[in-house]
Amino acid sequence: MKFLSEYRDPELVKEYIQELHRITTKNWTLMEICGGQTHSLVKNGILDMLPEKITMVHGPGCPVCVTSVSVIDEAVWLAEQPNHILCSFGDMLRVPGSNKSLLEAKAAGADVRILYSPLEAVELAKQNPTKEVIFFAVGFETTAPANALSVVHAAQQSILNYSILASHVLVPPAMEAILSDEANVIDAFLAAGHVCTIMGLEEYYPVAAKYKIPIVVTGFEPVDLLQGILMAVNQLEKEEYKVENQYSRAVLREGNKMAKDTIQKVFSISDRVWRGIGSIPQSGFEVNERYKLYNARLKFHIDIPFAEENKECISGDIMKGLKKPKQCPNFGSKCKPEHPLGAPMVSSEGACAAYYHYSSDTIAQQ
Amino acid sequence: MCLAIPGKIIAITEQLDETFRKGKVSFGGILKEVSLYMVPEAKVGDYVLVHVGVAINIVDEEEAKLTFSYLKSMGEVEELDTPDSIKNNS
Ligand code: SF4
Repeated sequence: MKFLSEYRDPELVKEYIQELHRITTKNWTLMEICGGQTHSLVKNGILDMLPEKITMVHGPGCPVCVTSVSVIDEAVWLAEQPNHILCSFGDMLRVPGSNKSLLEAKAAGADVRILYSPLEAVELAKQNPTKEVIFFAVGFETTAPANALSVVHAAQQSILNYSILASHVLVPPAMEAILSDEANVIDAFLAAGHVCTIMGLEEYYPVAAKYKIPIVVTGFEPVDLLQGILMAVNQLEKEEYKVENQYSRAVLREGNKMAKDTIQKVFSISDRVWRGIGSIPQSGFEVNERYKLYNARLKFHIDIPFAEENKECISGDIMKGLKKPKQCPNFGSKCKPEHPLGAPMVSSEGACAAYYHYSSDTIAQQ
Repeated sequence: MCLAIPGKIIAITEQLDETFRKGKVSFGGILKEVSLYMVPEAKVGDYVLVHVGVAINIVDEEEAKLTFSYLKSMGEVEELDTPDSIKNNS
């Protein structure tokens, strides 16, 4: 565990923990949505400081973890076509598809490039006019404006050898899918701060009201997370269910209008299969009619058979908050970051990898 | 890859029209070209939250510095050093 003095504001951390111990009278299960928050909770040892009555479970907010096997297969197929350059965020390369990962495709000779930004992929297309450049556009609402902007940029400059493989996922429908599962155990949500920097708070009000559940938009630093947990538990103890904004320094109620407009310009809402969870209606973005020339699925007539997920991986139960990573029989044995069986072991923001790297008893075992 | 990282705008490098703007942003010394499309009111010297090459919000300077040092300690700024990223000579 970290020493208290290492935190940005140790006094505040102490105060929040004391206050949490003081006000908590019942057992509560809270889910943080965002993988960045999961990483921070585990790495900073916050889970060990919470009152015993508070259980944190780790939601589906890591795009690496929820991108379905079939979409990985589509990306691998695109990468393997002659004259193609497939560009992706680095985290996606090791996610297993049904036969291979992008990294394995790259090792076998496919031109797969890791980029920091989709806008770089547009530049790459400009520099390589005889090749087809495809950006693997994964992410939550935070990443959607950048991916959409890459399409707008390409269209404005009449760059026709650029397209995106969109696998965008949306937070509110995933929350609803988790809440309407009959096994649901979640009493309150910490919503993802940067998602709300883009989208604002509006779409969370109906969810909080319908399911009578507190939703606190929260940042990712230890003090943010503790304050968010405190706000949520405070509501629960008072039997309230409101949307609150802990992260007001980066989140406005209305979000970022330019960003929302750009998303609307390029994407339409579609159904999406989430790895481990299954299909959730109206839970993703796909490139719309207007920009269909930039939709890699249509452009290259991708026709990949639907791929079953690896049954040995219980990531769905983990992302719904029903199980913890260490309850997976493969955790740390058959499934490790070097050879992941499932996606949550790949990215440091995946719950399994976070537990593997930072949790005290895993370290003790090593 | 989901976090936004704060950095300081040190120059406007390209301005096609009112909205199509790019700037050079410094993340603790690492320079990146960033789209300023989503933050039309941002100017040189401002701190912005940047996610995968696009600024999504203007933030307070003090706050930006503290957040950056926190992210650095968490190993979250490594994505700025992406191996294959194409070099920009502008
Ligand atoms: S430990 Fe591996 S197999 Fe088990 S749930 Fe996590 S990613 Fe899946």
